[in-house]
Amino acid sequence: MKPDDPSITWLEEKPLGLAERLYLPLFVQGLATTARHLVSPKVTVSFPEQRPAVGNPLIYRGVHRLNRDEEGRVKCVACFLCATACPAHCIDIVATESPWPDREKYPEAFQIDELRCIFCGMCEEACPVDAIELTSLLDLTGKSREEMIFDKEKLLSVYDMTKDAEPMKSASLGGTL
Amino acid sequence: MSELLPSPTTIAALAKIGLLVGGLMTAAAYLVLVERWIAAWVQDRKGPNRVGIPLTKIRLFGLGQPLADGLKIILKEDFTPRHVDKVLYAAAPLVLLAASLAIFAAIPFGSVLPPLGIEGLPDPIPFLVAPALDVGVLWVFALSSIAVYGVLLGGWASNNKYGFLGGLRSSAQLVAYEIPLGLGLLGVVLAAGSLKLDVIINAQAESGTWYAFAQPLGFIVFLVAAFAEAARLPFDLPEAEQELVGGYHTEYSGIKLLLFLVSEFLHMVTAAFLIVIMFLGGWHLWGVTGSGQEVTWLGAFLRFGVLSAKIFAVILFFMLVRWSWPRFRFDQLMSLAWKVMLPLGLANLVTVAAVEEFRPQLVEAFGAGPAGWVAVLIPWGVFFAGWIAAGLLTPSGTDNTPIHTHGPLDVEHELVEV
Repeated sequence: MKPDDPSITWLEEKPLGLAERLYLPLFVQGLATTARHLVSPKVTVSFPEQRPAVGNPLIYRGVHRLNRDEEGRVKCVACFLCATACPAHCIDIVATESPWPDREKYPEAFQIDELRCIFCGMCEEACPVDAIELTSLLDLTGKSREEMIFDKEKLLSVYDMTKDAEPMKSASLGGTL
Repeated sequence: MSELLPSPTTIAALAKIGLLVGGLMTAAAYLVLVERWIAAWVQDRKGPNRVGIPLTKIRLFGLGQPLADGLKIILKEDFTPRHVDKVLYAAAPLVLLAASLAIFAAIPFGSVLPPLGIEGLPDPIPFLVAPALDVGVLWVFALSSIAVYGVLLGGWASNNKYGFLGGLRSSAQLVAYEIPLGLGLLGVVLAAGSLKLDVIINAQAESGTWYAFAQPLGFIVFLVAAFAEAARLPFDLPEAEQELVGGYHTEYSGIKLLLFLVSEFLHMVTAAFLIVIMFLGGWHLWGVTGSGQEVTWLGAFLRFGVLSAKIFAVILFFMLVRWSWPRFRFDQLMSLAWKVMLPLGLANLVTVAAVEEFRPQLVEAFGAGPAGWVAVLIPWGVFFAGWIAAGLLTPSGTDNTPIHTHGPLDVEHELVEV
């Protein structure tokens, strides 16, 4: 960018007032700000014992879960929309014919590589049946790479673990299911 | 037989040295923790609060942190890069630490002990390692100048551009600020009539007027210069992390780095000691400590406590200032030293000299009581006048607006007015 670019607006610095030139008033002001922060409530928490507050669980993008319907079956219809939407290519679905009359396909296997996932929430948005959702679980750790590849059972178990604290999102977000 | 045993004076001196060095090293370690706490609290964090007693779950608010920190840095590899000047590289931290510690030989860390009645010991015993040193203030300033050599040697021997720049900045800064520091100090020496720091405290205790009140201008000049001498923010250019990696100790690691860091904290402690002793009355507090030389055991420890509390308060101020101001640019630093602090320090010195010279005439003209008030009011008048003059007369900063040219080859383009 050239200095004479017409799109640049050069601003005049305001001339210093008496208080600013004498420095001492600003000194006191700055010290007062520091002292106020010294005693103000702290924003961090002692992590493992205390949990940080998640702002809005409805829009938080934590660990995935696979929702179950009323009969306890996996809601997923293996349409591959999430796998297609995923920019990190971390979702791997094996579809097979559904044993139930209300849908044609269901996932025989459903794997998410949590190490590749970038937690963008695209899968959640793409899902037509609100089967895949992101929970507000924020500390995801594991001891091996294999452990971090979540299969269908594990994703369903995340749902079982979080369903009481976080009911399915679609109703609260104005969804139809 | 008696010649084989050390004399009581030697034993007393060794005891004092042991107490002082032990206390200072512990204080430096714990000041690191305090610094981290203050840093965290000011930034709305909780700060280190976990390390307590090892192998238990007792946390003690993180009071075990300095031990863990020290152990960790001692166990780190003491790596000497191949390109350094080996001898100077190893000597620099030692020079710095030795000078920083030796300063305390002339600094009183309390008042006096009550008479013990031990033969061969002077009564009362002063809280001072070298009580007979008549040039206390000179000793302090000579050694703090030697401490600069440690920094310079470290930067020079590292054979590293960041280390070198840090050492260079340090030398320029410390040389510039020794002058306002000395001017602030001269006012006190003039008023107290002695170079001994304990005599300076006694003078303040007897008159009840701390020199911060009698010489406000000198106090401010000395305070600012002490910040610069201790290389604390906003004057920490010798080790400005964002610009110089680590400054003069960029190439240091392990225990040598530890020595540098400890010396830095000792500098801050020294600065706090000097500020308290010369301007804030030392161990004196109105109505609490008394002002004479005869003390009880309780009084002796009370004075020690008052001095420690004042020093801790000044150190807290140092730490709060660190999080309140951004670092000066180097030209601003120099212009502050030479264009503001030097004239203000001279004004203070002249005022104090005039007041001291004409004190008998003042007493004659106003009577003993009011003369004391006049002798305080005149410096305050000079303080306000000098401060306002400095604020209005000095350029309020350098022009930061960019010069808009097309570069040296474009002759058609004149400088564009902004």
